[in-house]
Amino acid sequence: MVMVSVKNLKKTYGKFTAVDDISFEIQKGEIFGFLGPNGAGKTSTINMMIGLSRPTAGEITVDGIDVRKQTKKAQSIMGIVPDESNLYNEMDGFNNLCFCAALYGMRKKEREAKALELLELFKLKDAGKRPFKAYSKGMRRKLTIAAAHIHSPQVLFLDEPTTGIDVESSRQIREMIVDLKKQGTTVFLTTHYIEEAERICDRIAFIANGHIVALGTVPKLMGSISHGHGIHFLTDKNAESFATELETCFKGTKVTIQPDHSLVMVAEQRIPLFPVIAFFQDRGIDVFEAREIRPSLEDVFVKLTGIESSVLKKDAEKVGPK
Amino acid sequence: MKAWIAFWNILKKDIKNYYLKPPNISWGIIFPLSWTLMQVIRSPDGNILNLLPGLISMSVLFGTTSMLAVTITFERSGRSFERLLLAPISLGTMVLAKIAGTILFGIFNAFVPVIFTSFFINLSAINWTIVFFAVLMISITSALMGLLIAVSAEQVFEAQTLSNFFRFPMLFLCGLFVPITSLPVFLRPLSYILPLTYGTDILNGAFVGTNTLPPLLCFGILLIFAVSLFLICRHCINKKWIL
Repeated sequence: MVMVSVKNLKKTYGKFTAVDDISFEIQKGEIFGFLGPNGAGKTSTINMMIGLSRPTAGEITVDGIDVRKQTKKAQSIMGIVPDESNLYNEMDGFNNLCFCAALYGMRKKEREAKALELLELFKLKDAGKRPFKAYSKGMRRKLTIAAAHIHSPQVLFLDEPTTGIDVESSRQIREMIVDLKKQGTTVFLTTHYIEEAERICDRIAFIANGHIVALGTVPKLMGSISHGHGIHFLTDKNAESFATELETCFKGTKVTIQPDHSLVMVAEQRIPLFPVIAFFQDRGIDVFEAREIRPSLEDVFVKLTGIESSVLKKDAEKVGPK
Repeated sequence: MKAWIAFWNILKKDIKNYYLKPPNISWGIIFPLSWTLMQVIRSPDGNILNLLPGLISMSVLFGTTSMLAVTITFERSGRSFERLLLAPISLGTMVLAKIAGTILFGIFNAFVPVIFTSFFINLSAINWTIVFFAVLMISITSALMGLLIAVSAEQVFEAQTLSNFFRFPMLFLCGLFVPITSLPVFLRPLSYILPLTYGTDILNGAFVGTNTLPPLLCFGILLIFAVSLFLICRHCINKKWIL
């Protein structure tokens, strides 16, 4: 079942096109990742999807509700986590959650019970009576996600949920997102962390310069670029001197020596493993490890977008440690 | 019902977070009090009654415009205002909730000089119903003007500068301390396009009987100002803050 549908979405600011004719669908209960560097159009897209920005062209529906025409109705089933933790500094965690629940029309008893439940779930119970301004970055992020979930939305939009926070909090937030998916929540998240997208997203869209360059599951994206088959061999003796002989014995292969003196064999076709091991054994060399080399999602991203992954890492560093 | 829950909680949150903070309470008391005290010292013979409409209007004007412009600009810079824009409540409900706290603050400001002067002069002959509704209408229109400033400003200091830009000329053009009939002819049309002129005129009538227009007409004009300003604010927010 399609929960979110985006068709030919476009956003221009004067002559600058931030989002250029993008289309995609998100299935119910799916975690959909939007991966791209700063300025790629991620926030512009999410802002249009949540009704904070008007599209120049295109259609967005959430659970069949037209976001452009019935913005408030659509917002009632959305939970939104902006790229900045924007709760009220003066208010404590508990009251921030209660206030957010009240904005969705929840009654006092109901919102207080839900706020306590979420503080417990997000491991913030002890901090519930502390003002938001006294929270660490990770805690602020967690409470902001809890606030977005207070009315049990069908779709959760998360803009850079783990940017600028410590490793432990990032891990906890990723676990929370996966838990929310298990409860049936559809999740749309933007990120510039490739590993994060790979780890938790069911499908990922690569966005660059306002265009969706590729979209699919991680295996599908991996398979979308043509690459040779490679095997990495770790041996007990220095096998460098056999490189040329290996290439001669196994036609169509290319052998490279790694800095640790291990060997990497690459070929267009799959390489049969046992003949290569037999080759080494005939020469008195033991093979400790033979590992298939697969391209990483990072390789796929670089190849498809033409953007070096270091650009994404620099973007992440600009906003703080992960 | 859902809209009412949201409205009430926005109002409650603003009162608790902003209006009941010690600096704002002290502003709400000290500002009108010091102006009133100044006038009492200056006019010990009882002429204070003539100045009371001006003092009330000025207290409301300064209290409401500065509070709303600053709090909204502050919430916008911290991006917490986005929460209200993204909540499933109409823009009209949100605007009403935001100005409601300011209106109450304005009414509180208005009655500080009244309470203070009541120790010095007899105010028993005043028609308090008319005074209350005049104060309410001045508060509503001033709060909406504050909201218009908030829509135009990006930073808190910009909001403060913009507020002063129109508040001080208003003091001289609205008949607060100088009757409009004493103003140069070319300035008088300006007086009649300012809502405070009509609020002050009602108060002048209620306190000293020196109104120049019928109170009902003034209330009508203030209502038109309030509705127009509300619609303009809603339109501006929709256009400027939902890009």
